[in-house]
Amino acid sequence: MIAEEKYDFKPETKRKIIILGAVGLLLFVLGVFMTMRAGGGHEGGHEKHASTEISKNLTASVAPIIQEEHQNHEANAESHQAHPTWLKRIYASLWQNNIFFTGIGIIGLFFIAIQYASQAAWSVPVKRIPLAIGHWIPVAGVITLVLWFVVKEDLFHWTHSNLYVQGEHFDKAINGKSGFFFWPMAAGTFPLFFIFRMIVFFGLWYLFFTWIKKEMLEEDLDGDIKHFYTARKFSAIFLVIFAVSSSVAAWDWIMSIDTHWFSTMFGWYVFASWWVTGLAVITLIVAYLKDAGYLKMVNGNHLHDLGKFIWAFSIFWTYIWFSAFLLIYYANIPEETVYYITRMRNAPYSWIFYANLILNFVLPFMLLMTRDAKRQVAMLKVVCPIIIVGHWFDFFNMITPGVMHHEGGLGFLEIGTAMVFGSIFLYVVLSALSKVQLVAKHHPFMEESLNHHI
Amino acid sequence: MDSNKNFVVGIYEDEDVLLHAVEQIRDKGVHIHEVYSPFPVHGLEDALGYRRTRLPIASFMFGITGTILALFTQTWMLGYDWPMDIGGKDFASLPPFIPVTFEFTVLLSAFGMVITFLIVSDMKPYKWPRQFDVRSTDDKHVMAVDLAANKLSKDDLSRILKDSGASEVNEKNF
Repeated sequence: MIAEEKYDFKPETKRKIIILGAVGLLLFVLGVFMTMRAGGGHEGGHEKHASTEISKNLTASVAPIIQEEHQNHEANAESHQAHPTWLKRIYASLWQNNIFFTGIGIIGLFFIAIQYASQAAWSVPVKRIPLAIGHWIPVAGVITLVLWFVVKEDLFHWTHSNLYVQGEHFDKAINGKSGFFFWPMAAGTFPLFFIFRMIVFFGLWYLFFTWIKKEMLEEDLDGDIKHFYTARKFSAIFLVIFAVSSSVAAWDWIMSIDTHWFSTMFGWYVFASWWVTGLAVITLIVAYLKDAGYLKMVNGNHLHDLGKFIWAFSIFWTYIWFSAFLLIYYANIPEETVYYITRMRNAPYSWIFYANLILNFVLPFMLLMTRDAKRQVAMLKVVCPIIIVGHWFDFFNMITPGVMHHEGGLGFLEIGTAMVFGSIFLYVVLSALSKVQLVAKHHPFMEESLNHHI
Repeated sequence: MDSNKNFVVGIYEDEDVLLHAVEQIRDKGVHIHEVYSPFPVHGLEDALGYRRTRLPIASFMFGITGTILALFTQTWMLGYDWPMDIGGKDFASLPPFIPVTFEFTVLLSAFGMVITFLIVSDMKPYKWPRQFDVRSTDDKHVMAVDLAANKLSKDDLSRILKDSGASEVNEKNF
């Protein structure tokens, strides 16, 4: 019934991906030079301009805390003169892309786990694509761990040891949170608990990935039903672990950049962003494979389900975004509003802030609303890139403003980094995809999926 | 009741048989009045050649009416007619209006959709539906073929239904 099918990772495709990466690298270098030149003599001026802007714009209630943040930031800048703007921009950009692609990778596994746990049949022919995406997890783990030690001084304010010593730089709020980072070590030394969590999360994710993958591939060989049950068991356990780890990972890797600020919705918010991006990537790869003549059994009904997933979770993301925003807007507590003030009143964050809503909510909501739109490869190929780019901006606005404050920018540097990351990601995913059967051979729900009808 | 409407009614036991029967019978050029089934049969609308419902379009229209109405009402009330200082916010500020706008959109969209459906399917109080066979509410699929809409004779139609897998073929006059 099912043809033996394998994705052929053609040299031509490889070349295209390498060209994408090379162009990205070129843009990156160009961007670095441009930032270096622009940043040379204007830094003092920028600061001045920004502070007048701020005092002009802010309401009296928010001003003191901004001033304080600003002074903190300046004090920091003094103690770390060694790192110029362009280097901080590179770090912020690398970290942002790393977190973005880490999310897509882990969503590959999360998607499979959900399908097993809910015993879904419709997704059986496309499940090898999230499996291939999951191969990014070990790569992401290595990059995250190494990169963190490179960027920590500039990105993670809480790593500065002088914050925990009574004196000029002592910060009561951060000192109160020190156990979350440094336990069981003394505050301001090595963040053992933080690093431990990072390693444990990636370790567990990778472990469950290999276990579930093993069951999926062994099922191809002997067709034994027991692989399905084992994979289902692993998936259920993984989902519980992921519920906790994705939230804590979001606090650790993103929220702790704005160390003073906190939001209880943040874990969900990052998860929603990752999840809808991951769905868009899966759908986009399915669409391209279908265009290339693979996945014959995937028809409008399966695409419809993927489209519904994307549509629904675009709304879910907006719901989470708005829930966080509305409460902070309405309560108007300075220590909370400062997060949105930074993002709404400084270019380029301000236009990204609004573009975010258009790209991630208005466009997907309108374009994918009808049944026909969800069933067409052509429309999905328009909407998925919009969502992927939109959520890249989303992560840009989560990470960069907390690092760069008023000096942030969006230019060749950021676009180049994204292209380099994207090309490596694509290379890893497509080469993983080409190594196994494109469609499961003995999946118990295969027959049901072939007759799927909605 | 006027008895000028005559139907041939086929009873089917299995939904797969029913689906194939619908295809066979339509291929022979017979017009099927309606098929009644105790549960949704996937692909039946396609087999019967029904046009897709336009209910989603109606729903969208009702929804967007709700959105505009809610935004307009709140802006007019709180911004112009009776401005109130709530937490020092602008009189007409968008974010706090969104939850109400959302709820009103959903409300109008849902009610509008239900009412449209009732009107389109001619369901109103004290209207007693025609039942071709009461077993269609239990465990049988029932296919009704209108004699007036087909050129074939009653016997020919009965035979076609029987051949397509109907477990019994009855007549029903209204």
